[in-house]
Amino acid sequence: MRRAYFNNNWVAALMVAPQLIIIFVFFYWPTSQAVYWAFTLEQPWGGGNTWVGFDNFRAVLGDPVYWQSVRVSIIFALSSTAIAMAMALVLAVFADRQLTGFKAYRIGMIWPYAVAAPAVGLAFRFVFNPNAGLFSYINSVVPDLWNPTLNGNQALLMVIIAGAWKLVSYNFIFFLAALQSIPRSLLEASAMDGARVLRRMRDVQLPLMAPTFFFILVINITDSFTDSFGIVDTLTNGGPARATDLMVYKIYSDGFRGFDYSGAATQSIILMLLVIALTFVQFRYVERRVHYT
Amino acid sequence: MNRTMTSVAALGVAALGAALLGSAAAAQATKFEYWYGLSGDLGEVVQATCTRFNESQDQYEAVCVGQDSYDAAVQNTIAAFRAGQHPTLVQSFDAGTADLMLSGEFYPVQQMMKDFDIEIDWSNYFPGIANYYAASTGELFSMPFNSSTPMYYYNVDQLTAAGITTAPDTWEQMEEAFNALKANGSACPMAYAPGVWIDMEQFSMVHNVPVASNDNGYAGLDTEVLFNSPLHVKHMENIKRWLDEGLLQLRTTQSGVPARDAFLSGECAIFFSSIADHATVGKLATEGLNWEVAMIPHYADYPRHNTVVGGASNWVLSGKTEEEYRAAAAYLAFLATPEEEEFFVSNTGYIPVTKGGYDALLAKGFYDAAPYKNRDLALKSLNFTPPTNLTRGIRLGGMIQIRSEWVNEVDAALAGQKTMKEALDTAAERSNAILARFAKTYEGKTFP
Repeated sequence: MRRAYFNNNWVAALMVAPQLIIIFVFFYWPTSQAVYWAFTLEQPWGGGNTWVGFDNFRAVLGDPVYWQSVRVSIIFALSSTAIAMAMALVLAVFADRQLTGFKAYRIGMIWPYAVAAPAVGLAFRFVFNPNAGLFSYINSVVPDLWNPTLNGNQALLMVIIAGAWKLVSYNFIFFLAALQSIPRSLLEASAMDGARVLRRMRDVQLPLMAPTFFFILVINITDSFTDSFGIVDTLTNGGPARATDLMVYKIYSDGFRGFDYSGAATQSIILMLLVIALTFVQFRYVERRVHYT
Repeated sequence: MNRTMTSVAALGVAALGAALLGSAAAAQATKFEYWYGLSGDLGEVVQATCTRFNESQDQYEAVCVGQDSYDAAVQNTIAAFRAGQHPTLVQSFDAGTADLMLSGEFYPVQQMMKDFDIEIDWSNYFPGIANYYAASTGELFSMPFNSSTPMYYYNVDQLTAAGITTAPDTWEQMEEAFNALKANGSACPMAYAPGVWIDMEQFSMVHNVPVASNDNGYAGLDTEVLFNSPLHVKHMENIKRWLDEGLLQLRTTQSGVPARDAFLSGECAIFFSSIADHATVGKLATEGLNWEVAMIPHYADYPRHNTVVGGASNWVLSGKTEEEYRAAAAYLAFLATPEEEEFFVSNTGYIPVTKGGYDALLAKGFYDAAPYKNRDLALKSLNFTPPTNLTRGIRLGGMIQIRSEWVNEVDAALAGQKTMKEALDTAAERSNAILARFAKTYEGKTFP
């Protein structure tokens, strides 16, 4: 295959410069700053800092509360990704089968993606409200069964559902596109061979959608780790008793609210390494099983 | 030159010219920025004081920018400060004090007023308020502004119906009232939201017990917290027991019905909050809700002491020009006049900060009739005893994180995951680690 290339490297550099500058200003510069802070104790108002070596990392990694936050974040990421992918797949299959009214339904499904995370949080705060919301009906049948303000597991469940709900529409778009790109002739041929709906799905559609699955998996997991802030902030504030204190929310509350810039920088570096590692693992091991056609 | 050009423009395009002239006139006034944290109704009142200041004279112009919350006001100011884009004045809450004091990046107001020959009678400030914002030498660092203190609000009709005719003064009487209310059929004697400010900090003040060593942190940075004392544990255990007995009902923002709303609708008979809520309760109470405020209770074994001021104060930041400081000083002096104090307290639930301001309001009979009736009980609570070393206030680094340790551990205990004693011990241990870290960040420095 013939490769296209520039004879003049300066033109090439000029072309990529805007992108590189943006990445430098919004990623490499802040990251290097955070790395520096992670090794010092930074005074919030400026005015100097002290070099402390790996003390910050020792403090963070030796803190059981931090590991609790890591645990909660992993549960959140895996559960909301699983729920969001499963729901989106089912919905996409329905849309793809062109049942009555599927066009309106298709548009309606895409809308939630345009809703900002804090708005999602506020909406779910009403839905899950134990005293006045939709879930209060549970309490009117079995008193005190549903109380996410005291029960940490229920609070986490609530955050997972809200997080998954927000991802569903994004996943839906990709799954629907993947389904629609599968040649009809393949499905018709397997139908002729006597394969029913579920069988066709398992043997034809799902394998052909594998690249999309992989893409969505990577995006969803990364998104759950880094973009869950708004939901937690409006829904639970990380409580009760740190049950929903996701890593990204803990960074915010320690750094911005608590003025512990160095502790928050340390946690940011760890979170970044974790997301890089997860993505690496996914590309190294999961992608091997994906076949692109 | 400027003027000629403006005139030419004015001749050319009349409308545009008028705008230019307007801005030319305004440019003569010294501008300074003021960032504040109050939002909603209260934020509008702050904005109104700025407008009143700008209209009262034409030398200075205050540009007032609302930041939506105390947290955000301080966070944004720090970010702006590091970039050299900070305001001259910022409204900072108690938890922001320690870092700001140790940074030294401020202009002490008392010094500033002296430098600009503005006469302020500092002895006119209530000691309970002034002490909180003062250096160890007694010099005021920031200007007391919106001041509050906690109270409890009660539904007079519901308490009377339950046979309680005087507002409970001690926790023992309070428990009797809870039981009487419950016996009278109330499903929610009190709406409770766990809050470290009232349940721990102000509670310690009223009982004259320490929150932390070193006189609550005032005397040094090598401080340890002491909020897991037997009295603190006993109180929180009582709260847990009352919750279990149904005397208290959990009503928080996260649960959808905040305590105040549960009180306003008449569902719950009692709730604790800042006096700053007084105006809001008056405005939003359902028709016919007969309510009153009272000082927060104490245990009978401990004589009552003063509560401490909450709210925020105005800080002048370093790195500005003399002209900007002159303008800011004029604004702060304007806020300190009795007329402006009256404007501010009558439009919010806050209390006056000067004796003169209070006396002027008393003379007018301001606190005798609705909607301001008995709001000055908050002042009585603040001035109940002269402040002691333990009731002057709390000055801890990492205050916000310490508060959140307390809240998280108490949450765990209220959910039954551990005993209250274990919870407070853990919170104290973790808070001490935060304090040690803070002391290390500011190694070699002391509170001025």
